Formats: sequence, structure tokens, C-alpha cells
Amino acid sequence: MKLVIIAGTPGAGKTSILINTIKLLKGANTKPAVVKVDCLATDDDKRFATLSIPVLTGLSRDMCPDHFSIYNLDEMVKFADKNNADTLIMETAGLCHRCAPYTDNCLGICVIDSTSGPNNPGKTGPFLSCADIVVVTKGDMISQAEREIFREKILEANPECTILDVNGLNGQGAAEVAKHIMASDKKVTDEERLRHNAPFAVCTLCVGEQRVSKKYHRGLLRNMNGFQEYIGE
Amino acid sequence: MEQIKNITIIGGIDKSGKQENIKCFDIAQGEIIGIVGPTGSGKSQLISDIEQLSQKDSSTHRQILINGEIPSSELRNNPRQKMVAQLSQNMNFLADMNVRDFLLLHAQCRGKSMKNIDKIIYMANQLTGEPIKPNDNLTILSGGQTRALMVADVAVISESPIVLIDEIENAGIKKHEALELLSGYNKLILIVTHDPVMALSTQKRIIMKNGGMTDIIDSSPEEKTISTQLSQIDQTMLKLREIIRNGQHIEGKDLNQIFPELPVNKKITTLVNY
Repeated sequence: MKLVIIAGTPGAGKTSILINTIKLLKGANTKPAVVKVDCLATDDDKRFATLSIPVLTGLSRDMCPDHFSIYNLDEMVKFADKNNADTLIMETAGLCHRCAPYTDNCLGICVIDSTSGPNNPGKTGPFLSCADIVVVTKGDMISQAEREIFREKILEANPECTILDVNGLNGQGAAEVAKHIMASDKKVTDEERLRHNAPFAVCTLCVGEQRVSKKYHRGLLRNMNGFQEYIGE
Repeated sequence: MEQIKNITIIGGIDKSGKQENIKCFDIAQGEIIGIVGPTGSGKSQLISDIEQLSQKDSSTHRQILINGEIPSSELRNNPRQKMVAQLSQNMNFLADMNVRDFLLLHAQCRGKSMKNIDKIIYMANQLTGEPIKPNDNLTILSGGQTRALMVADVAVISESPIVLIDEIENAGIKKHEALELLSGYNKLILIVTHDPVMALSTQKRIIMKNGGMTDIIDSSPEEKTISTQLSQIDQTMLKLREIIRNGQHIEGKDLNQIFPELPVNKKITTLVNY
């Protein structure tokens, strides 16, 4: 199973870009499945449903959304397997600039809004600096000079990444994203680790746990089906 | 940098999903092409397809070739290798920094000399009214100042063999001077315009309708004559504009250069009819 994890601030255009990309993936004989994680409410499942692919949504509610995504990764892979998908695409709620949801063997895609200003890439943190691909949106709203400076600032934060300009509204550039997803040869394993640790606070991820498997987690934990429990003392 | 001999626009689809009339169009080095059509007819999208060197991956499914070949991904994305300079319709900057820092950063991105910063600001100030200062924040510049700075930036820092210009007549800057700055020797230029003076200064015009390229027409010999006359009228209009901007009254003598033999009220009627 190929795993693609998409992160980015709210409103950056993650869902729009995914919809355009998935259309192209489907046309190229790839079998994608999508899991959308949101915090409190989502209607993105309806947007994805128009693509007739397997879609699963999860709401993190009281749990940290990035932790929720990681904690339920096994279940998401099972869901994709059961639906005979070959590529699992997980779109995170992506709120915190301190976490990065990417695991070692996923293709990590960061979506960033170029109207957020040239200082933003430096402040965005690990979900940009650990990404394999950085997708820049809304480039049509700024000048060519500002686009070029924005690109340079991304490379300062993440010199190894591939930068793609994509227009979420008309899909321009989505073909490049699809091409990179198809070309990725990484496969998800049972022993996934996060590329970057989460902040230190009060849950297991917060104290530095990077192992993904459920047995390593304590605190207030919420499952994909909404069942929530406290594990620990 | 690779030598550009020509670019090829391979037609895609219009807004109704139908094939465009123009299937294939070559533009050679040194040519100036106009792009005309009603608002919403897809002129800016055509410019954007060329700027992005689209490979059937935009909403129009157009493909752009350079010297008859598909451009590399590096050529499409890396600013140091970019062959396209674009002046978009944007009238404001969103970047929160001062003019000098912005120009320095952009020069660095394009791998250009950083010594020209004062020259760029000087050039921009020739196109606009109240001067831009190096320490001004980009976001406080007026529409005209922003546009003037964008023109000077495109002319010097983004200096490229292909130049795309979207409605230079907007924002009240000196369009002839701006166009001269951007044109340079032997460049391949595309101009989106609603302005007859600008449109007639091009050699060919791409006609846009409903998102598609419907026709390409050569400017006629008659148009070349008219173009000269129009330029004179335009110069007068610009002169009148400056007089009004400076808070003065307009007098009959101000119209004398174009219509020396007519009485004043007739001159104005003739001008309006144009």
C-alpha cells in the first residue's frame, strides 16, 4: 500500500487540490482511497463522494487532530486494503505548526497558500520542513516576483523538497502532483515512525512517543468509529 | 540560458469544452502579439498558460512548446532558468516588507546583480506620480505606484526573452514609457489589452471568445496609418490628464496639436467620437 499524507493550514486548498489530483490518478489506472480527518465537522466526504472512490472521514473531537491521524493509521490502511485500493491518501486537519503528520514511508505533501506572505514558510515548521513535496496555491493572486520570493523562502526551510505550483480552482498543476504520487515507490509498513516528534505536553505523543502502533499510546484516545477512552493511571 | 527562437501554442478547449478554432500558433522571437476580446473571454488565462508553460494540465488543456519541444520541469519552475517575465493585472503587493528588501530578495531569487536596486526605483518613479521611496512598505503603495514598481522589476530583475503584459493601461501609469521599458530588443511579447492604441501597435492579434482562441488577424496597412494618428490623440489625452492631475485648467490651445484647423468645440466632439 502506498501512503500519501497531505498537511497544510486550513483554507490553503488541500481538498481542492486532492480532488483535481484524484481525478487524474483514477484516469491513470491508480486505485486511490481517501481518508479525511477533521476536528469538529466536515462536509468534505460529500465533495470526495462525487469522485466515486472509497472515502472515510474521521473527526478527532477532543483528541489532537495529528495524534488522531497517527493513532488510527492502521485502521485507515485496513480500510484501503478492504476496498482494494493501492494508494491511501490521508488529508489531515492540519492546524498546529508544531507537528508534522508524515511517517518515514509515506509521501509527505505540504500545501501552503502563497498569499500568506514570504515570511510564512519560515514560520510553518516541520509540516513544511519534513515534506517531500510542497504544493503552493493561490499563485494567481500575487505578482510573479512575489511567487519567486515565496519559492526561495520555501527552499530555505526545506532545501530538498520539490515545489509545485497548483491552482486548486482550475486544477492547473495537479498533473504534476499526480505524477509524483504515481512515481513514489515507498510502501507503508507495520513499523511506521513519525519523521518529527510532536510538542511536549500531556499525551503520549506529547512526551515524545514516535511509534505508531496503538499499544504504545496513553491518555484520551479516540478511535475512527468515535469510541473514546482514557488509557492510563 | 537557452536561446528562444519561437514558442508554439497548441490549442485546447474553450469554456464549453469545445476545441478552440486555433489549433496551433507559432510566435517567433521579436514578434509583438496582441490578445483581445471581451472581459471574461479568457485573455488572462491564455497569458497564464504561457507563463506556466502549461502541458495540457490547465483548465484549457493547452500545450506550450519552446523551440518546438516540451520544456523541462526545471525550466517551468526554477526562477533562475525562467524564460518568461510576466506583468499580471495585480494592483497591490501582499508581501509585508519594504521596497528595497523586496527588490534585493527578488534579485537574489533570479540570480541577478543586487547593485541595480536604486536604478529600478528610479525607473519606477519615471512612470508614476508621487515617488516611491526605498523604505516604503510594499503594502502601502498605491495601485499606480505598485504597478510602476512591478513594471521596473519585470524590466530589470525578471529580464527574460518572453514578456507577457496584462493590461498595462490600467492604474494610470505612463503606458508608452512602461511598454518601452518592458519591450527591449528582439523579445517575444504578448500584450493583453482593451486599448486601441496598444492593440494597433502589435503585428498580429489573437481574438478570444468564450475562453478559446477563435481567430488570429494581422494588422492591416490601414491600421498602421490609423495607429500613428491614434498615438497623437493618445498623447494629447495623456497631456490633458497631466494638466488635470496638476490641478490646472484645460484650454483650447491644449488641443491644437492634433486638430489645428478646427474650432475648439468641434475638436472635442471629434476626440470624443474617436
